[in-house]
Amino acid sequence: MALPLIYNFESVRVRWASTVVAVLGIAGSVGVFVAMLALARGFQAALVSSGSEHNAMVRRAGATSEMDSAITLEQLRAIEDSTEVMRGADGPLVSPEVVVVAALPLAKTGTDAMVQLRGVSLKALAVHDKVKIVNGRFFTPGLFELTVGKNAKNAYRGVAVGDEVKLGGTVWKVVGSFDAGGSAFDSEIWLDANLLNATYQRPTGIHQSVAARLAGDDAVGALERRFATDPRMKVRVERETDYYKRASQQMTTFITVLGSLVALVMALGAVFAALNTMYSAVAERSREIATIRALGFGEGAVVLSFVIEALLVALAGGIVGCLAALPLNGLVTQTLNFQTFSHLSFAFRVTPEVVGWGIAFALFMGLVGGLPPAVRAARVPVVVALRDL
Amino acid sequence: MKFLPLLFANLTRRKVRTTLTLGSFAVALFLFCLLVTIRAAFNSGIDAAGADRMLVINKVSLIQPLPIAYREKLQRVPGVQDLTYANWFGGVYQDEKNFFAQFAIDADTYRTVYSEFIVPPDQWQAFLADKQGAVIGKATADRYGFKIGDRVPLKGGGFPGDWEFNVRGIYTARRPSDDLTQFWFRWDYLKEKAPPWFANQVGWYTVRIAPGSDAVKVAKSIDELFANSAWETRTQTESAFMASFAEQMGNVEFLMIAIGSVVFFTLLLVTGNTMATSVRERTGELAILKTVGFTDASVLALVMIESVLLAAIGGALGIAAGKGFTLLGDPTKGMLVAFYLPASGVAAGAALSLAVGVIAGLLPALTAMRLQVVDALRRL
Repeated sequence: MALPLIYNFESVRVRWASTVVAVLGIAGSVGVFVAMLALARGFQAALVSSGSEHNAMVRRAGATSEMDSAITLEQLRAIEDSTEVMRGADGPLVSPEVVVVAALPLAKTGTDAMVQLRGVSLKALAVHDKVKIVNGRFFTPGLFELTVGKNAKNAYRGVAVGDEVKLGGTVWKVVGSFDAGGSAFDSEIWLDANLLNATYQRPTGIHQSVAARLAGDDAVGALERRFATDPRMKVRVERETDYYKRASQQMTTFITVLGSLVALVMALGAVFAALNTMYSAVAERSREIATIRALGFGEGAVVLSFVIEALLVALAGGIVGCLAALPLNGLVTQTLNFQTFSHLSFAFRVTPEVVGWGIAFALFMGLVGGLPPAVRAARVPVVVALRDL
Repeated sequence: MKFLPLLFANLTRRKVRTTLTLGSFAVALFLFCLLVTIRAAFNSGIDAAGADRMLVINKVSLIQPLPIAYREKLQRVPGVQDLTYANWFGGVYQDEKNFFAQFAIDADTYRTVYSEFIVPPDQWQAFLADKQGAVIGKATADRYGFKIGDRVPLKGGGFPGDWEFNVRGIYTARRPSDDLTQFWFRWDYLKEKAPPWFANQVGWYTVRIAPGSDAVKVAKSIDELFANSAWETRTQTESAFMASFAEQMGNVEFLMIAIGSVVFFTLLLVTGNTMATSVRERTGELAILKTVGFTDASVLALVMIESVLLAAIGGALGIAAGKGFTLLGDPTKGMLVAFYLPASGVAAGAALSLAVGVIAGLLPALTAMRLQVVDALRRL
């Protein structure tokens, strides 16, 4: 027969001081754990959501990122003429792009950070269909105008709509801002590709990557096979989402490794606190336990009861920890993405999955910290303990 | 001293509890060491920066190159004593996950400017004699098992094609904050093999200013020299350059302090709670001590010493474990350029654990001191 749950609630309440210690210990490590996971998820989500399932990204074969890639005009024409590429009202949905990294002062500190300038054409909006103009308008091709991502607008000084910015010795006017749904594009500034090339003395007619809307789900493979046999096309074709997943890998691993390490050490400390709490609970209650045993409850019932008590404490800790980390959700932070060498804004994402992991982590700590004291409680010899009365 | 056996008996009276409290201390201090190490790793660039070194980069950004022709012009700027230049290579060794920085360096001048790096003279001579030679930092060499004489293939990123290098030397450095992950090869080899568009470009120049000259003034005269040219420059001290990098990585400092405070607050609660419980359990004993003539002050001291002793032992264990862990090397596989526990971190950790010992013991010790003998003995 099992002991009633109310017994556990009561005993937790009576020993509130040491319970609070154990709850806080567990809450602390769960909080850090959840925050780190949310950071890694947010970073990954920002990059992965930049890509679209329906787009292919074409780069020079062997290029590790957009930064060191190059696509010639001849190759661009070949991509545009491929049957695997979808056609819109103004011809093929293909967006040739140029990326230059420039230094702009951060709004917070005034020190320079590296921002990606993406040179595009009007077709970019049709290919990257998640990008929406929210303020002002898109730049006019041929004019020195900029359209700024919503995170870039907040992260850097002097790039609000209407501002004038000096880039590469030329004055540009910010005419609008766009929302790319929290993706990496939100950290970028978009402008006319030809003007960008001219301003930074880049060779004309060379783009760095080409984004193409696919005509069908299996078109990536078909496009890859088509170019594999074409000697002019030394290119790498990838689904956009795959490219961005890889681009986020290094940083995500980095955050996860360091974050898990810290959370793991904290968990060890929390388990010690839980063990301490439960051991003193057992020590102080040896008469109580002996009485329960004398009443006829078995060893199993006592073990179960103490484990439940430890799990209750852990659950409370887990909930407190998750609640403490919850305000981080949506908080925008910035870091340097080493794979593109530029500054990227992204939001913490405390997803239900992350919270689930946090609670599971707490319960695990409760189990590890509660089981040994519970076994000791069950082993209390009834006669000896009762003699103490 | 004669109370040592008593102190010892008190500590071993509940072995499990003492062990767990020691464990909490050790874990907290271990974590503290870890945080200090991570922080040091993020700031290692700033710590390692030479006070007399300045970086000259393209004004647009680090990615844009500068012409090699600037070398002569830079040399003539007053205040510039030595200079060297390098290029970022960005090649991939076997898999994109294997990341280490590769620089094409000017072999003749690089080590004059970066004097903290140590290469055995015979290895350096071998490097100078082999156009495809490479010198690798000890950390990277250890990670991938590169030995002198090995051939290392790299897949070019910005510089397409397959590149092969012969390991001619392994470099070490003077300070723990120095970066031991770099891979150097010769700039003249890059120039020879790079595609035509490369045309004598360098990534950046590093200049060393003459002793006594004003860094700000030198930087200004360099930038003015190239103003309104096709390649304008931006000159800043190495530490300012590194600081702007660290700045972009995000607010690591704040993160470390936030986690650290949570941990130490919890630790304070755990230890305070343990000490309070153990004093409560010993009410009778303490009353007897007082009855046989112990003064209030010595009872206070007894409890305080016990608490501080716990803190000292636990803290020492944690710091030792932390030191041991950092000696094992970087757990992120090369993403942190330096992974070491600074001496200041050890000192701060020791001070913190003693402080926690004092604060946690204070309240229970005061309770013990104020204990009324008559009341306490009645409860026996």
